[in-house]
Amino acid sequence: MAQEHIATADHGEHEATTTGLNHRKMLMWAFLGSDCMFFGSLIATYLVYQGKSLSGPLPIDVFDIPVTSVSTFVLLMSSMSMVLAYSALNRGNMKAFRIWMVSTAIMGSTFIGFQIYEFSSFSTHHIHFECSEVAEKIEHGEYVKAGHNHFYQKECLDQNGILKADHHVDEEYGLKPQTNLFGTTFFTLTGFHGAHVTLGVVWLLSIFFLSFKKGVITREKNLDVDLAALYWHFVDVVWIVIFTVVYLFGVFEGF
Amino acid sequence: MSTFPIAIPRPVHPTGLWNWITTIDHKKIGILYGVTAFIMFISGGIEATLMRVQLAQPELDIVSAAVYNQLFTMHGTTMIFLAIMPLGAAFFNFVIPLQIGARDVAFPRLNAFSYWTFLAGAVMLKLSWIGGATDAGWFGYAPLTSIDQNPGKGIDFWIISLQVLGVASLAASFNFIVTIINMRAPGMTMMRLPLFTWMSFITAILLILAFPVITVALIELTFDRYFDFNFFNVARGGSVVLWQHLFWVFGHPEVYILILPAMGIVSEVLPVFSKKPLFGYTTVVLAGAIIAVMGWMVWSHHMFTVGLGPVANAVFTITTMLIAVPTGIKVFNWIGTIWGGSIKINTPMAFALGFIAMFLIGGISGVMHAVSASDAQQQDTYFIPAHIHYVLFGGAIMALTSGIYYWFPKFSGRMYDEKMGMAHFWLMMIGQNVTFFPMHFVGLDGMPRRIYTYAEGMGWDLWNLVATLGVFILIAGFAIFILNMVKSWKSGPEAPGDPWDGRTLEWSIPSPPPEYNFKEIPVVRSLDDWWNTKQGGNVKEVPVAGGSGDEGHNIHLPQPSYWPLVTALGLFIAAYGVVFNQLFIPWAISIIGTFIGFVGVYAWSLEPVNDPDEDSAH
Amino acid sequence: MVTMKNRGVFGSVFINSSRTQKIILLLMSLAVAVLATGCFIIDPNANQSTFEPLGPVADRQLTIFWWILIGGAVVFVLVEAALIYALVKFRRRSEEYVPKQVHGNTRLELLWTIIPAIVVIGFSVASIDALFYSADVPKDEPSITLEAIGHQWWFEFRYPSPDDPESEVVTANEVYIPVGIPVRINLESVDVIHSFWVPKLAGKVDMVPSEGNHMWFQADEAGEFFGQCAEYCGTSHASMKFKVVAVSPTEFDKWLSDQSAPAVESGDPLALEGAEVFKSTGCSGCHSLKTIARSGSKGRVGPNLAHVASRRHLAAGMMDSSDGAGNVNDAYLQENLRKWLENPSEIKPGNIMSSQAAVYTDPDKSLTERQISALVAYLTSLK
Repeated sequence: MAQEHIATADHGEHEATTTGLNHRKMLMWAFLGSDCMFFGSLIATYLVYQGKSLSGPLPIDVFDIPVTSVSTFVLLMSSMSMVLAYSALNRGNMKAFRIWMVSTAIMGSTFIGFQIYEFSSFSTHHIHFECSEVAEKIEHGEYVKAGHNHFYQKECLDQNGILKADHHVDEEYGLKPQTNLFGTTFFTLTGFHGAHVTLGVVWLLSIFFLSFKKGVITREKNLDVDLAALYWHFVDVVWIVIFTVVYLFGVFEGF
Repeated sequence: MSTFPIAIPRPVHPTGLWNWITTIDHKKIGILYGVTAFIMFISGGIEATLMRVQLAQPELDIVSAAVYNQLFTMHGTTMIFLAIMPLGAAFFNFVIPLQIGARDVAFPRLNAFSYWTFLAGAVMLKLSWIGGATDAGWFGYAPLTSIDQNPGKGIDFWIISLQVLGVASLAASFNFIVTIINMRAPGMTMMRLPLFTWMSFITAILLILAFPVITVALIELTFDRYFDFNFFNVARGGSVVLWQHLFWVFGHPEVYILILPAMGIVSEVLPVFSKKPLFGYTTVVLAGAIIAVMGWMVWSHHMFTVGLGPVANAVFTITTMLIAVPTGIKVFNWIGTIWGGSIKINTPMAFALGFIAMFLIGGISGVMHAVSASDAQQQDTYFIPAHIHYVLFGGAIMALTSGIYYWFPKFSGRMYDEKMGMAHFWLMMIGQNVTFFPMHFVGLDGMPRRIYTYAEGMGWDLWNLVATLGVFILIAGFAIFILNMVKSWKSGPEAPGDPWDGRTLEWSIPSPPPEYNFKEIPVVRSLDDWWNTKQGGNVKEVPVAGGSGDEGHNIHLPQPSYWPLVTALGLFIAAYGVVFNQLFIPWAISIIGTFIGFVGVYAWSLEPVNDPDEDSAH
Repeated sequence: MVTMKNRGVFGSVFINSSRTQKIILLLMSLAVAVLATGCFIIDPNANQSTFEPLGPVADRQLTIFWWILIGGAVVFVLVEAALIYALVKFRRRSEEYVPKQVHGNTRLELLWTIIPAIVVIGFSVASIDALFYSADVPKDEPSITLEAIGHQWWFEFRYPSPDDPESEVVTANEVYIPVGIPVRINLESVDVIHSFWVPKLAGKVDMVPSEGNHMWFQADEAGEFFGQCAEYCGTSHASMKFKVVAVSPTEFDKWLSDQSAPAVESGDPLALEGAEVFKSTGCSGCHSLKTIARSGSKGRVGPNLAHVASRRHLAAGMMDSSDGAGNVNDAYLQENLRKWLENPSEIKPGNIMSSQAAVYTDPDKSLTERQISALVAYLTSLK
């Protein structure tokens, strides 16, 4: 008895549907719509609490926009490699497909690596400056970092408001979720995004390994890759929103 | 043959208990949901009865304050999440594929997974009575739910079981959205969909958008409790009002999730027993959609006394009052439906009519609290439970009961006892009013909600006693109902395919339907196609085979599967692991549960394909 | 077919129905009558009834309610009547008859969309004035301000000190106001969300930690008004009540001055013994006897007791020590104090005193009969 070895759902990818769209594709779109509300609520919480932390560190104290820009770029590029993977599959080029799939997974993992680095550097953030140099900066009208400002007031000025010129500040000033509202909302929002990326990487690698079994992923049987690509692009778009709203808006004045 | 390294064959024609455990048949899953939901309803009713007995007289000591607070919390949570929503799901499951001319839902295994996950969440919530259930109200306002205020595990069980139930609801909703859009019989355009299917579709969309909001709220609460985060920590600048906003942005669409399917059922029953089509089909569909959209703009009417300020309160007063309009439209259209018809008042019709009468009262009291100025005297008094129970008990439950009687012949293949049915109706009608109408009085006379007792001499004694007596009338009604169901399902007279001279497709097939539902997928020519066919208005065509086959052979049906249950089990274990995260090795139980869940998911996605010879209908 | 003589709608409905339907109609009318009578059984004199507004805010709020009730009743009667009429007139008379399959009537549907929309918008806009009125004290009238701070499960009240603008007079559970003068109440909470509700004077506003809510009311006549917490706040939410006492402005000034005076030092030996017990068993750790505190300072865990014997009720409205005329009856007060000290949990389940004070948590430290008597004597002297 000749059977198609369809390793996935019972109904192949070609059963008739009312709209012509595959069921699982529609499911993924519906799921992504729902996930929008999930991230929307987390972003809303972040925005509601923006600027309301009673103590630092604040975004401007810890964010390193150049570094985060690199990781953002990596994630964006991973979307491109995902497109290339799907396109290769559609042309029947299994080798190229596998290479681009792995690239996507690697870039996604790199992004996660950056996140881990960022999280740990935030939590072990250190503050050190000379009171004299800060005073100069204030005199010359340079922007004094918001959280550092508190230390300036506390450590560099005596009770009459006179500068203690030789004093220098050298303290742990880490940002943990428990520290303040910024820590709580930041880590939760970016943490859940990172979890989504991680799940995506696991999915991509699963498809990659499965593709070695004959007949599982082919030019005709490309739905799984299509679905994974949709999910991956969604996760990328969410990051663009987070990067803009949390990082860029958090650091530049006027927002 | 399979591509999965370890060939775990799918169950083949399992019987008995295994049949039910591995089923992916929407009809069986519907019955599972219905029976489970009804048991949960009874447990919620017991909780309510204990509360009412405690309040029958001032300063009684039937239950302590601590227990009473758990009772009202569990009663609310149970009724909303374990009774009304799954009863709705029972109907979605059983009825929708039959109404759209499909053989099953889009994702049969996901469907089974939804049920088992629901059961997991229900069991987890109800078991939390052991060791102290949650006692912070079904709405769990911060900071009463903080770890300082409430260190026990009751709150954690509440949080985590709600998350599990959320997964179940979301999975089911995704399934029904795809099913309704993508599996309609040829000719079944959206504007020919039966009203129940339409309302269920709108409900599912509401659900997938609203549930993530409470998911986030519960996650934030969990992080505050377990890891000392600051979401609702006033000392670090957090706002406890944020919880209320998040909760009610979910909570208000949730009440429409509760009522729209019920309204859908009424919109099916009234036409059938008036022998007239629904008056203004398009208008009723639109009204439902408008209610769903506007339902997102009214949430702060639950927060009128929280101190948002008169401007915010004024805005929400206006939006809330406006949502009365589409609701009113539906009521008028229903009356238009029966007007000029040939009305037969049997049990399902009586319950549907009772819904209109009772929901109207609930709607009017709702309009009273829609206005922030007068709500200041009504909020947090018994006036609110009065409103709630008129719309949810006299409303949703009555409509769902109507649905049970209406579709009873279809899902059981037998007729219920009509006399017992009408007795149930009258007892419910009278009991509902005797129990809940007096709550309007004591509420406006100053009795707050959520109090385990009250002092003598406040003027509340008489009506509290009356309300308690009403509960026993309701219990009598349910007893008759249960007797009727059991007796009729076992040995009631056999029911024909179309006992009611119905209008929609489910009545064009035998009772109970064969496993494959339709021998031939019907071709739909109009709204109420089955009715029109019978009236001779349609020419019935033999459909072109699209893989649907004929005469019941070679009909491609999905086979049962173990993996939905395994995945749900993994989730269940992981959930307990979150609550008991320090037991043995920290987080070990959760990790094990997650692992089992992943095994389930992988096995599910790589499951061996059906053998075409195996699954021909028998 | 029976021809209908002109007996009017109800007459024809009643007489031409079958017997069962007659009975059903009768029953339903009876039910409606009974329920409607209930509306007249609501006792406006009930202590917390919203139907006896004794101040302008409650009055405005009740007026809004009446308007909506009338509107609602009209809708109710019309719709239910249409429903019942349809059920009777169009009941099935033959199984073969198929009525005209009417699919709708656009004009009618538009009508019953637009008219309700106008009505509801009308009602909501009309109510906005009352909403803004109840939000804050009228700007053009002199008013007084006081602080109400919610605790689990009692109310702390603070007034600006008449002698020192930087200080506050601290009291608990009974709040005096002058008749005829708007009173602004700033609402706060030290733990969970509570709500401040005196139905006869105004609708409630919640006491939310750190939100800085406020409300106002005014008593138009002298008297004692019942208040109760109206936001579920934990185990003893049901046992968290308070009283508002409205007196003439002169009496109010005197009361405030009495409350701000230091606690009375009684010469009675048993009371002096009680003062000692109060300190030695740790009561003073939670209950302050200082009547003046710095403005905005944090209160104590338990109510201020400096003038506890001047209050008509104990334990946040749970025990009544007053005689018929609203004065404190010492014998009742002593009985209540004794009951409370012997077993606070019976009055207020879950209360913090029972769960934290050593005299209740440590069996070795329990109060002896003698100590209780001494404390009762002491507390009774704190007028």
